[in-house]
Amino acid sequence: MGLFDGKTLLVTGVLMDTSIAFHVAKLAQQQGATVILTSFGRTMKITRTIAKRLPQTPTVVELDVSNPEDLDTLAERLREHTDGIDGVLHSIGFAPLGAFTFLEASWEDVATAMQVSAYSLKALAVAALPLMNPGGAIVGLTFDARYAWPVYDWMGVAKAAFEATNRYCARDLGPRGIRCNLVAAGPIRTTAAKSIPGFEVFETNWDERAPLGWDVNDPLPTAKACVALLSDWFPATTGEIVHVDGGVHAMG
Amino acid sequence: MAQSTDEILEGLAAIVNEETGIDIEAVEPDKSFTDDLDIDSLSMMTIVVNAEEKFGVRIPDDEVKNLKTVRNAVDFIAAAQS
Ligand SMILES: NC(=O)c1ccc[n+]([C@@H]2O[C@H](COP(=O)([O-])OP(=O)(O)OC[C@H]3O[C@@H](n4cnc5c(N)ncnc54)[C@H](O)[C@@H]3O)[C@@H](O)[C@H]2O)c1
Repeated sequence: MGLFDGKTLLVTGVLMDTSIAFHVAKLAQQQGATVILTSFGRTMKITRTIAKRLPQTPTVVELDVSNPEDLDTLAERLREHTDGIDGVLHSIGFAPLGAFTFLEASWEDVATAMQVSAYSLKALAVAALPLMNPGGAIVGLTFDARYAWPVYDWMGVAKAAFEATNRYCARDLGPRGIRCNLVAAGPIRTTAAKSIPGFEVFETNWDERAPLGWDVNDPLPTAKACVALLSDWFPATTGEIVHVDGGVHAMG
Repeated sequence: MAQSTDEILEGLAAIVNEETGIDIEAVEPDKSFTDDLDIDSLSMMTIVVNAEEKFGVRIPDDEVKNLKTVRNAVDFIAAAQS
Protein backbone atom coordinates (compact mmCIF):
# COMPACT_ATOMS: atom_id res chain seq x y z
CA MET A 1 0.00 0.00 0.00
CA GLY A 2 1.48 3.33 -1.08
CA LEU A 3 0.44 6.83 -0.01
CA PHE A 4 -0.60 7.65 -3.56
CA ASP A 5 -2.11 4.42 -4.91
CA GLY A 6 -4.48 5.36 -7.73
CA LYS A 7 -3.53 9.03 -7.48
CA THR A 8 -2.05 11.40 -10.03
CA LEU A 9 0.35 14.23 -9.21
CA LEU A 10 1.45 17.15 -11.36
CA VAL A 11 5.08 17.96 -10.59
CA THR A 12 6.67 21.14 -11.91
CA GLY A 13 10.33 22.08 -11.56
CA VAL A 14 12.25 18.94 -12.52
CA LEU A 15 15.34 20.25 -14.28
CA MET A 16 18.28 18.12 -13.12
CA ASP A 17 18.42 15.09 -10.85
CA THR A 18 19.49 17.53 -8.14
CA SER A 19 16.14 19.38 -8.41
CA ILE A 20 14.01 19.13 -5.28
CA ALA A 21 11.11 18.24 -7.59
CA PHE A 22 13.01 15.23 -8.99
CA HIS A 23 13.16 13.72 -5.52
CA VAL A 24 9.50 14.48 -4.85
CA ALA A 25 8.56 12.77 -8.14
CA LYS A 26 10.73 9.76 -7.30
CA LEU A 27 9.30 9.30 -3.78
CA ALA A 28 5.76 9.83 -5.06
CA GLN A 29 6.21 7.14 -7.72
CA GLN A 30 7.63 4.79 -5.10
CA GLN A 31 4.42 5.49 -3.13
CA GLY A 32 2.24 4.49 -6.08
CA ALA A 33 1.59 7.85 -7.76
CA THR A 34 1.23 8.44 -11.46
CA VAL A 35 3.38 11.51 -12.03
CA ILE A 36 3.12 14.08 -14.82
CA LEU A 37 5.99 16.55 -15.13
CA THR A 38 6.10 20.02 -16.63
CA SER A 39 9.01 21.82 -18.21
CA PHE A 40 9.41 24.63 -20.69
CA GLY A 41 11.29 26.04 -23.65
CA ARG A 42 14.91 25.09 -23.93
CA THR A 43 14.93 23.26 -20.56
CA MET A 44 12.41 20.73 -21.97
CA LYS A 45 15.15 18.57 -23.52
CA ILE A 46 17.04 18.40 -20.23
CA THR A 47 13.89 17.50 -18.28
CA ARG A 48 13.02 14.74 -20.76
CA THR A 49 16.48 13.20 -20.43
CA ILE A 50 16.47 13.48 -16.62
CA ALA A 51 12.90 12.08 -16.45
CA LYS A 52 14.26 8.75 -17.70
CA ARG A 53 16.17 8.46 -14.40
CA LEU A 54 12.90 8.19 -12.44
CA PRO A 55 11.51 4.72 -11.56
CA GLN A 56 8.89 5.21 -14.33
CA THR A 57 9.45 7.70 -17.14
CA PRO A 58 6.64 10.25 -16.80
CA THR A 59 4.88 12.32 -19.44
CA VAL A 60 6.30 15.86 -19.67
CA VAL A 61 3.98 18.71 -20.66
CA GLU A 62 4.99 22.25 -21.60
CA LEU A 63 4.40 24.95 -18.98
CA ASP A 64 6.12 28.30 -18.75
CA VAL A 65 4.36 29.95 -15.80
CA SER A 66 5.00 33.37 -17.33
CA ASN A 67 3.16 32.41 -20.51
CA PRO A 68 -0.63 33.02 -20.22
CA GLU A 69 -1.35 30.70 -23.15
CA ASP A 70 0.48 27.78 -21.51
CA LEU A 71 -1.53 28.40 -18.35
CA ASP A 72 -4.88 28.76 -20.15
CA THR A 73 -4.46 25.52 -22.06
CA LEU A 74 -2.87 23.47 -19.27
CA ALA A 75 -6.00 21.67 -18.05
CA GLU A 76 -7.05 20.82 -21.60
CA ARG A 77 -3.59 19.45 -22.44
CA LEU A 78 -3.45 17.48 -19.18
CA ARG A 79 -6.83 15.89 -19.97
CA GLU A 80 -5.09 13.95 -22.75
CA HIS A 81 -3.21 12.12 -20.01
CA THR A 82 -5.49 12.05 -16.95
CA ASP A 83 -9.08 12.57 -15.75
CA GLY A 84 -8.09 14.22 -12.51
CA ILE A 85 -5.23 15.45 -10.38
CA ASP A 86 -4.81 14.84 -6.66
CA GLY A 87 -1.80 17.04 -6.03
CA VAL A 88 0.34 19.75 -7.57
CA LEU A 89 3.95 20.50 -6.67
CA HIS A 90 5.03 24.07 -7.37
CA SER A 91 8.83 23.91 -7.46
CA ILE A 92 9.58 26.97 -9.52
CA GLY A 93 11.81 29.91 -8.80
CA PHE A 94 13.63 32.42 -10.93
CA ALA A 95 15.01 35.94 -10.61
CA PRO A 96 17.22 37.76 -13.11
CA LEU A 97 20.79 38.43 -11.92
CA GLY A 98 20.01 42.11 -11.30
CA ALA A 99 17.48 41.13 -8.62
CA PHE A 100 20.31 39.88 -6.42
CA THR A 101 21.68 43.41 -5.87
CA PHE A 102 19.08 44.93 -3.59
CA LEU A 103 19.65 48.66 -3.88
CA GLU A 104 20.36 48.67 -7.61
CA ALA A 105 17.71 46.26 -8.89
CA SER A 106 15.37 47.59 -11.58
CA TRP A 107 11.59 47.17 -11.39
CA GLU A 108 11.77 45.09 -14.56
CA ASP A 109 14.02 42.51 -12.86
CA VAL A 110 11.94 42.59 -9.68
CA ALA A 111 8.72 42.21 -11.68
CA THR A 112 10.08 39.09 -13.39
CA ALA A 113 11.08 37.61 -10.03
CA MET A 114 7.60 38.34 -8.66
CA GLN A 115 5.78 36.90 -11.65
CA VAL A 116 7.76 33.67 -11.94
CA SER A 117 8.42 33.05 -8.25
CA ALA A 118 5.29 34.36 -6.45
CA TYR A 119 2.29 35.05 -8.72
CA SER A 120 2.95 31.72 -10.44
CA LEU A 121 1.59 29.85 -7.39
CA LYS A 122 -1.85 31.37 -7.93
CA ALA A 123 -1.51 31.05 -11.70
CA LEU A 124 -0.61 27.35 -11.47
CA ALA A 125 -3.35 26.65 -8.92
CA VAL A 126 -6.01 28.24 -11.13
CA ALA A 127 -4.67 26.52 -14.26
CA ALA A 128 -4.81 23.09 -12.60
CA LEU A 129 -8.11 23.69 -10.77
CA PRO A 130 -10.50 22.28 -13.41
CA LEU A 131 -8.81 18.90 -12.95
CA MET A 132 -8.24 18.99 -9.20
CA ASN A 133 -10.08 16.32 -7.20
CA PRO A 134 -11.55 17.31 -3.82
CA GLY A 135 -9.10 16.40 -1.06
CA GLY A 136 -6.27 17.44 -3.35
CA ALA A 137 -3.24 19.44 -2.30
CA ILE A 138 -0.96 22.12 -3.66
CA VAL A 139 2.54 22.29 -2.21
CA GLY A 140 5.25 24.86 -2.90
CA LEU A 141 8.80 25.58 -1.75
CA THR A 142 9.93 28.68 0.05
CA PHE A 143 13.04 30.00 1.76
CA ASP A 144 11.98 31.48 5.11
CA ALA A 145 10.89 34.96 4.03
CA ARG A 146 10.57 36.52 7.50
CA TYR A 147 14.20 37.57 7.43
CA ALA A 148 16.58 39.61 5.29
CA TRP A 149 19.24 37.13 4.21
CA PRO A 150 22.65 37.72 2.68
CA VAL A 151 22.57 37.68 -1.17
CA TYR A 152 18.90 36.58 -1.48
CA ASP A 153 17.67 40.16 -1.97
CA TRP A 154 14.60 40.53 -4.24
CA MET A 155 14.17 36.76 -4.37
CA GLY A 156 13.56 37.08 -0.62
CA VAL A 157 10.93 39.72 -1.26
CA ALA A 158 9.37 37.49 -3.91
CA LYS A 159 9.32 34.60 -1.42
CA ALA A 160 7.48 36.83 1.09
CA ALA A 161 4.86 37.46 -1.59
CA PHE A 162 4.84 33.73 -2.37
CA GLU A 163 4.12 32.91 1.28
CA ALA A 164 1.27 35.43 1.33
CA THR A 165 -0.04 34.00 -1.95
CA ASN A 166 -0.13 30.57 -0.30
CA ARG A 167 -2.35 31.90 2.49
CA TYR A 168 -4.80 33.47 0.02
CA CYS A 169 -4.83 30.29 -2.09
CA ALA A 170 -5.65 28.40 1.12
CA ARG A 171 -8.53 30.82 1.78
CA ASP A 172 -10.03 30.59 -1.68
CA LEU A 173 -9.43 26.92 -2.46
CA GLY A 174 -10.29 25.54 0.99
CA PRO A 175 -14.04 25.61 0.26
CA ARG A 176 -13.33 23.37 -2.74
CA GLY A 177 -11.58 20.88 -0.49
CA ILE A 178 -8.09 21.79 -1.69
CA ARG A 179 -5.20 22.36 0.72
CA CYS A 180 -2.30 24.76 0.04
CA ASN A 181 0.93 24.49 2.00
CA LEU A 182 4.60 25.33 1.72
CA VAL A 183 7.83 23.72 2.80
CA ALA A 184 10.49 26.21 3.94
CA ALA A 185 13.67 24.38 3.04
CA GLY A 186 17.22 25.06 4.14
CA PRO A 187 19.82 25.66 1.42
CA ILE A 188 20.27 22.82 -1.10
CA ARG A 189 22.83 22.81 -3.92
CA THR A 190 20.54 22.80 -6.95
CA THR A 191 20.88 24.59 -10.28
CA ALA A 192 18.69 27.47 -9.05
CA ALA A 193 20.65 27.85 -5.82
CA LYS A 194 24.03 27.75 -7.53
CA SER A 195 22.95 30.45 -9.96
CA ILE A 196 22.56 32.87 -7.03
CA PRO A 197 25.83 34.81 -6.78
CA GLY A 198 27.29 34.20 -3.31
CA PHE A 199 25.04 31.23 -2.41
CA GLU A 200 28.11 29.61 -0.81
CA VAL A 201 27.70 31.84 2.29
CA PHE A 202 24.89 29.52 3.41
CA GLU A 203 26.76 26.31 2.89
CA THR A 204 28.84 25.97 6.07
CA ASN A 205 26.88 28.42 8.16
CA TRP A 206 23.61 26.47 8.07
CA ASP A 207 25.09 23.19 9.24
CA GLU A 208 26.66 24.97 12.23
CA ARG A 209 23.45 26.77 13.21
CA ALA A 210 21.06 23.83 12.79
CA PRO A 211 20.44 21.80 15.97
CA LEU A 212 19.97 18.75 13.74
CA GLY A 213 22.82 19.73 11.37
CA TRP A 214 22.19 20.29 7.68
CA ASP A 215 23.51 18.72 4.47
CA VAL A 216 23.30 21.07 1.46
CA ASN A 217 23.72 18.07 -0.83
CA ASP A 218 20.69 16.18 0.50
CA PRO A 219 17.30 17.15 -0.95
CA LEU A 220 15.58 14.10 0.58
CA PRO A 221 14.32 15.61 3.89
CA THR A 222 12.70 18.45 1.91
CA ALA A 223 11.23 16.06 -0.67
CA LYS A 224 9.77 13.85 2.07
CA ALA A 225 7.98 16.81 3.65
CA CYS A 226 6.52 17.78 0.26
CA VAL A 227 5.29 14.23 -0.24
CA ALA A 228 3.73 14.18 3.24
CA LEU A 229 1.88 17.45 2.60
CA LEU A 230 0.71 16.22 -0.83
CA SER A 231 -0.67 13.04 0.78
CA ASP A 232 -3.87 12.79 2.79
CA TRP A 233 -1.92 12.60 6.05
CA PHE A 234 -2.39 16.36 6.56
CA PRO A 235 -6.15 16.48 5.90
CA ALA A 236 -6.90 19.51 8.09
CA THR A 237 -3.78 21.59 7.38
CA THR A 238 -3.79 24.49 4.96
CA GLY A 239 -2.12 27.89 4.62
CA GLU A 240 0.78 26.39 6.59
CA ILE A 241 4.56 26.57 6.23
CA VAL A 242 6.52 23.55 7.44
CA HIS A 243 10.20 24.25 8.11
CA VAL A 244 12.62 21.62 6.88
CA ASP A 245 15.84 23.38 7.78
CA GLY A 246 17.47 21.34 10.53
CA GLY A 247 15.80 23.69 13.04
CA VAL A 248 17.54 26.94 12.09
CA HIS A 249 14.25 28.89 12.01
CA ALA A 250 13.71 28.29 15.73
CA MET A 251 17.13 29.42 16.92
CA GLY A 252 18.07 32.90 18.13
CA MET B 1 32.41 -0.51 -21.62
CA ALA B 2 35.41 1.79 -22.21
CA GLN B 3 35.51 3.51 -25.60
CA SER B 4 38.48 4.98 -27.42
CA THR B 5 38.95 8.74 -27.22
CA ASP B 6 38.17 8.93 -30.95
CA GLU B 7 34.84 7.20 -30.41
CA ILE B 8 34.05 9.51 -27.50
CA LEU B 9 34.96 12.58 -29.55
CA GLU B 10 32.70 11.39 -32.36
CA GLY B 11 29.82 10.72 -29.98
CA LEU B 12 30.26 14.05 -28.20
CA ALA B 13 30.43 15.95 -31.49
CA ALA B 14 27.11 14.37 -32.50
CA ILE B 15 25.52 15.55 -29.23
CA VAL B 16 26.92 19.08 -29.69
CA ASN B 17 25.66 19.11 -33.27
CA GLU B 18 22.19 17.96 -32.24
CA GLU B 19 21.92 20.66 -29.54
CA THR B 20 23.49 23.60 -31.36
CA GLY B 21 23.64 22.79 -35.07
CA ILE B 22 27.43 23.25 -35.03
CA ASP B 23 29.13 21.10 -37.72
CA ILE B 24 30.43 17.81 -36.37
CA GLU B 25 33.86 18.50 -37.93
CA ALA B 26 34.07 21.84 -36.09
CA VAL B 27 33.95 20.10 -32.71
CA GLU B 28 37.73 19.70 -32.46
CA PRO B 29 39.68 18.72 -29.32
CA ASP B 30 41.30 22.12 -28.75
CA LYS B 31 38.13 24.16 -29.16
CA SER B 32 36.71 25.84 -26.08
CA PHE B 33 32.97 25.23 -25.56
CA THR B 34 32.25 28.82 -24.58
CA ASP B 35 34.86 30.90 -26.42
CA ASP B 36 35.23 29.02 -29.73
CA LEU B 37 31.94 27.15 -30.06
CA ASP B 38 29.84 29.86 -28.38
CA ILE B 39 27.84 27.39 -26.33
CA ASP B 40 25.79 28.96 -23.51
CA SER B 41 25.22 27.46 -20.07
CA LEU B 42 21.80 25.98 -20.87
CA SER B 43 23.13 24.24 -23.99
CA MET B 44 26.11 23.04 -21.99
CA MET B 45 23.73 21.49 -19.42
CA THR B 46 21.83 19.77 -22.21
CA ILE B 47 25.07 18.44 -23.70
CA VAL B 48 26.25 17.21 -20.30
CA VAL B 49 23.07 15.27 -19.45
CA ASN B 50 22.98 13.74 -22.92
CA ALA B 51 26.65 12.76 -22.65
CA GLU B 52 25.92 11.14 -19.28
CA GLU B 53 23.24 8.99 -20.93
CA LYS B 54 25.26 8.17 -24.04
CA PHE B 55 28.51 7.28 -22.29
CA GLY B 56 27.05 5.82 -19.08
CA VAL B 57 28.99 8.16 -16.80
CA ARG B 58 28.18 10.85 -14.22
CA ILE B 59 29.57 14.33 -14.76
CA PRO B 60 29.04 16.19 -11.47
CA ASP B 61 27.97 19.85 -11.72
CA ASP B 62 31.15 20.97 -9.99
CA GLU B 63 33.20 19.21 -12.65
CA VAL B 64 31.47 20.90 -15.57
CA LYS B 65 33.26 24.21 -15.03
CA ASN B 66 36.60 22.39 -15.44
CA LEU B 67 35.58 21.05 -18.84
CA LYS B 68 36.71 24.08 -20.82
CA THR B 69 37.73 22.39 -24.06
CA VAL B 70 36.34 19.47 -26.02
CA ARG B 71 39.51 17.54 -25.07
CA ASN B 72 38.86 18.16 -21.35
CA ALA B 73 35.40 16.61 -21.77
CA VAL B 74 36.64 13.64 -23.82
CA ASP B 75 39.39 12.93 -21.28
CA PHE B 76 36.97 13.20 -18.36
CA ILE B 77 34.53 10.77 -19.98
CA ALA B 78 37.32 8.33 -20.90
CA ALA B 79 38.63 8.38 -17.32
CA ALA B 80 35.14 7.98 -15.88
CA GLN B 81 34.47 4.95 -18.11
CA SER B 82 37.65 3.10 -17.17
N1 LIG C 1 17.78 25.03 -3.40
C1 LIG C 1 17.51 25.74 -2.31
O1 LIG C 1 18.41 26.08 -1.53
C2 LIG C 1 16.09 26.12 -2.01
C3 LIG C 1 15.74 26.48 -0.69
C4 LIG C 1 14.42 26.84 -0.43
C5 LIG C 1 13.50 26.87 -1.45
N2 LIG C 1 13.87 26.53 -2.72
C6 LIG C 1 12.86 26.58 -3.79
O2 LIG C 1 12.69 25.29 -4.35
C7 LIG C 1 12.10 25.44 -5.64
C8 LIG C 1 12.81 24.51 -6.62
O3 LIG C 1 14.13 24.93 -6.85
P1 LIG C 1 15.40 23.95 -6.84
O4 LIG C 1 16.27 24.43 -5.74
O5 LIG C 1 14.97 22.53 -6.88
O6 LIG C 1 16.17 24.37 -8.19
P2 LIG C 1 16.01 23.87 -9.72
O7 LIG C 1 16.86 24.80 -10.51
O8 LIG C 1 16.31 22.43 -9.83
O9 LIG C 1 14.49 24.11 -10.03
C9 LIG C 1 13.93 25.37 -10.38
C10 LIG C 1 12.90 25.10 -11.45
O10 LIG C 1 12.17 26.27 -11.80
C11 LIG C 1 11.82 26.11 -13.15
N3 LIG C 1 11.40 27.38 -13.75
C12 LIG C 1 12.09 28.55 -13.80
N4 LIG C 1 11.38 29.48 -14.50
C13 LIG C 1 10.21 28.86 -14.88
C14 LIG C 1 9.08 29.28 -15.64
N5 LIG C 1 8.98 30.53 -16.14
N6 LIG C 1 8.08 28.38 -15.85
C15 LIG C 1 8.16 27.12 -15.36
N7 LIG C 1 9.21 26.68 -14.64
C16 LIG C 1 10.23 27.54 -14.41
C17 LIG C 1 13.11 25.59 -13.77
O11 LIG C 1 12.86 25.00 -15.03
C18 LIG C 1 13.53 24.57 -12.73
O12 LIG C 1 13.01 23.30 -13.04
C19 LIG C 1 12.17 26.92 -5.98
O13 LIG C 1 10.94 27.53 -5.69
C20 LIG C 1 13.22 27.42 -4.99
O14 LIG C 1 13.10 28.80 -4.73
C21 LIG C 1 15.14 26.14 -3.01
